[in-house]
Amino acid sequence: MKDKSKFKLKHFINYIVIGAATIIFTILNFTGVLGLSEQFLLEKITIAIILAVSLGLVVGFLGELSLGHAGFMCIGAYIGGKISALLSSSSLGTGLPNLLISIIVGGIAAAIAGVAIGLPALRLKGDYLAIVTLAFGEIVKTLFLNSSDESFGGPIGLETPRYDRNHLFIIGFVLVLVMLAIIQNIIRSKHGRAITSIRDSEIAARATGINVTRYKLLVFALSAFFAGIAGVLYSFSNYRVQCTKFDYNYSIEILVMVVLGGMGSVNGSILSATLITFLQVQLASILTGDLAVLQNIFYALVLILIVIYNNAPALKGFRETHNLKTFFSKLFKKKKEDVDPSLVKDDEAKWNRIPTKINMDELLSMDVKVTESTMKPDKDKGGSS
Amino acid sequence: MENVLETNNLGIAFGGLKACENVNITIKKNEIYGLIGPNGAGKTTVFNILTGVYQPTWGSFKLDGEEIKNLSQEKINQKGIARTFQNIRLFNNMSVVRNVMVGLHNRKEYKCGFFTSALRLPKHFKVEKEMRSKAKELLDIFGLLEERNNLACNLPYGKQRKLEIARALATNPKLLLLDEPAAGMNPNETMELAETIKLIRDKFDMTILLIDHDLKFVSGLCDRITVLNFGQVLAEGNISDVLNNKDVIEAYIGKQEEL
Ligand SMILES: Nc1ncnc2c1ncn2[C@@H]1O[C@H](COP(=O)(O)OP(=O)(O)OP(=O)(O)O)[C@@H](O)[C@H]1O
Ligand SMILES: [Mg+2]
Repeated sequence: MKDKSKFKLKHFINYIVIGAATIIFTILNFTGVLGLSEQFLLEKITIAIILAVSLGLVVGFLGELSLGHAGFMCIGAYIGGKISALLSSSSLGTGLPNLLISIIVGGIAAAIAGVAIGLPALRLKGDYLAIVTLAFGEIVKTLFLNSSDESFGGPIGLETPRYDRNHLFIIGFVLVLVMLAIIQNIIRSKHGRAITSIRDSEIAARATGINVTRYKLLVFALSAFFAGIAGVLYSFSNYRVQCTKFDYNYSIEILVMVVLGGMGSVNGSILSATLITFLQVQLASILTGDLAVLQNIFYALVLILIVIYNNAPALKGFRETHNLKTFFSKLFKKKKEDVDPSLVKDDEAKWNRIPTKINMDELLSMDVKVTESTMKPDKDKGGSS
Repeated sequence: MENVLETNNLGIAFGGLKACENVNITIKKNEIYGLIGPNGAGKTTVFNILTGVYQPTWGSFKLDGEEIKNLSQEKINQKGIARTFQNIRLFNNMSVVRNVMVGLHNRKEYKCGFFTSALRLPKHFKVEKEMRSKAKELLDIFGLLEERNNLACNLPYGKQRKLEIARALATNPKLLLLDEPAAGMNPNETMELAETIKLIRDKFDMTILLIDHDLKFVSGLCDRITVLNFGQVLAEGNISDVLNNKDVIEAYIGKQEEL
């Protein structure tokens, strides 16, 4: 009858893995094993993880579909990049203080935009919200595209100061850890419960006294904040920000990471962000020249295979016996008791448990449908039975 | 004895349809009050007005003598009206115990700021622990303690209904609204539920307004009822008087001749 309070390893496994990765890569870097391209890959991966986990907060935990995540990232990249450029000509130079200030300011700028977009989100649901966020992303992009040369560089883009490449990826990892701590702490608190209750039934959440408005704004702001931070990192990693990068496709790419990782699964998002980024970079380096066209085909093929693996009814039995969870429990030689699926325990650290609300084919055909729970004709509001 | 709920000519129109009109219900403290009527009579609509889903077109209502006006659903809940739904609305992807803990969210004794949680200060752990044990206490009353770690959607139907009541009760309401709590239950479950509802009334000093079609269930619990038909109050008062009322028999019970 005890069910609480022990130290649960699975709640900390992602900190441990990422912390270990940070240390290992730092050591490798100082022994000179990591080249420029490896450092760049690691930066890309940390950026992708931050983006995927922060979007996952909106999509997987609040249950709202946002297609404008790249827009928040864009704001962070430009504002953070600009601040850092301004600061680097001051006495701060391109040291750590400059970098931290730029990252925080970029994040806050994006968070403010997040609140602004969260306000209509209070009234809109499903498709409508998706369209608004989509439009938001495009508007942001266009605004920066049309900025003057002195402000944000217009079509040429904004050049950002060059930081020490030996530090940048470590900072990326540290930011991932900080983000994980904040987001997971919130998810695993009463506030996280309130957020997931809104996802499961907004009407019941309201009737239970949950301040839906406040929590939606909070989630949008928090998610945008981290997207902004990812944007600032991106601007430092590439020495230049160009708004064409932050288009609709990029938002979808982040969403794909979240969906593949499993809605409502932080670890899933981390894993899929890492794998997808790795895959993209590898494909780009293997398939060059005339073969470059094959990159997208391979990429799409892998995505399709993953989706089939995750969803095909025929593979259900196979999936249940061959998944990461059983793999890990075998690895740690834990004996696996036979669990009745109806007794599955509710736990935040579960892989892929919450059913994917968005169908991939709808997503990829750009015709995003409303999730079932948000559009069911409301019986209590609608007619009688 | 003071009145917990007092509605004053409450009514609402959806376009041309008057879903309910001139509803006057007065519920005393610690009373179990019934609201009955044929399908589409407007019973759920009354609940929706009382919980702020709709703003009334006419009339007003008072909770504990305080007029409730233009308040959002969550504010009304915080004022002290909690409800269950005719078609169960649980937080399906959350465990049973966490469903109840959501109900405890706004209680003063479990206040815990956002940053306290984000930083995992000691307060957070204390509040979590207290909330969990309070939730378990409530689940115990409803016989759901064993299932506390199951997902809410995996509970059998009757237990889902009970869980919804437990969640509503967790918000510490002054008035509890139950929309067809016995719907879909077998006679045994219905009897058990009636006992639980009485227990809630006594243990929590609760005032309850309930809708149900099962007249045996209603008459076993309620002293006074109101009958709605086509949005109009057909009769109200003492249950035995009302059920012998000619209009009521004609409009409502007359349809089921075998009764
Ligand atoms: N949002 C709405 N818009 C239009 N009409 C509505 C709305 N909500 C309810 N109605 C109508 O109001 C009437 C009363 O509905 P209500 O759901 O209150 O009935 P009820 O007494 O609860 O019936 P049942 O016993 O079937 O639950 C119905 O005719 C219904 O169609
Ligand atoms: Mg009804």
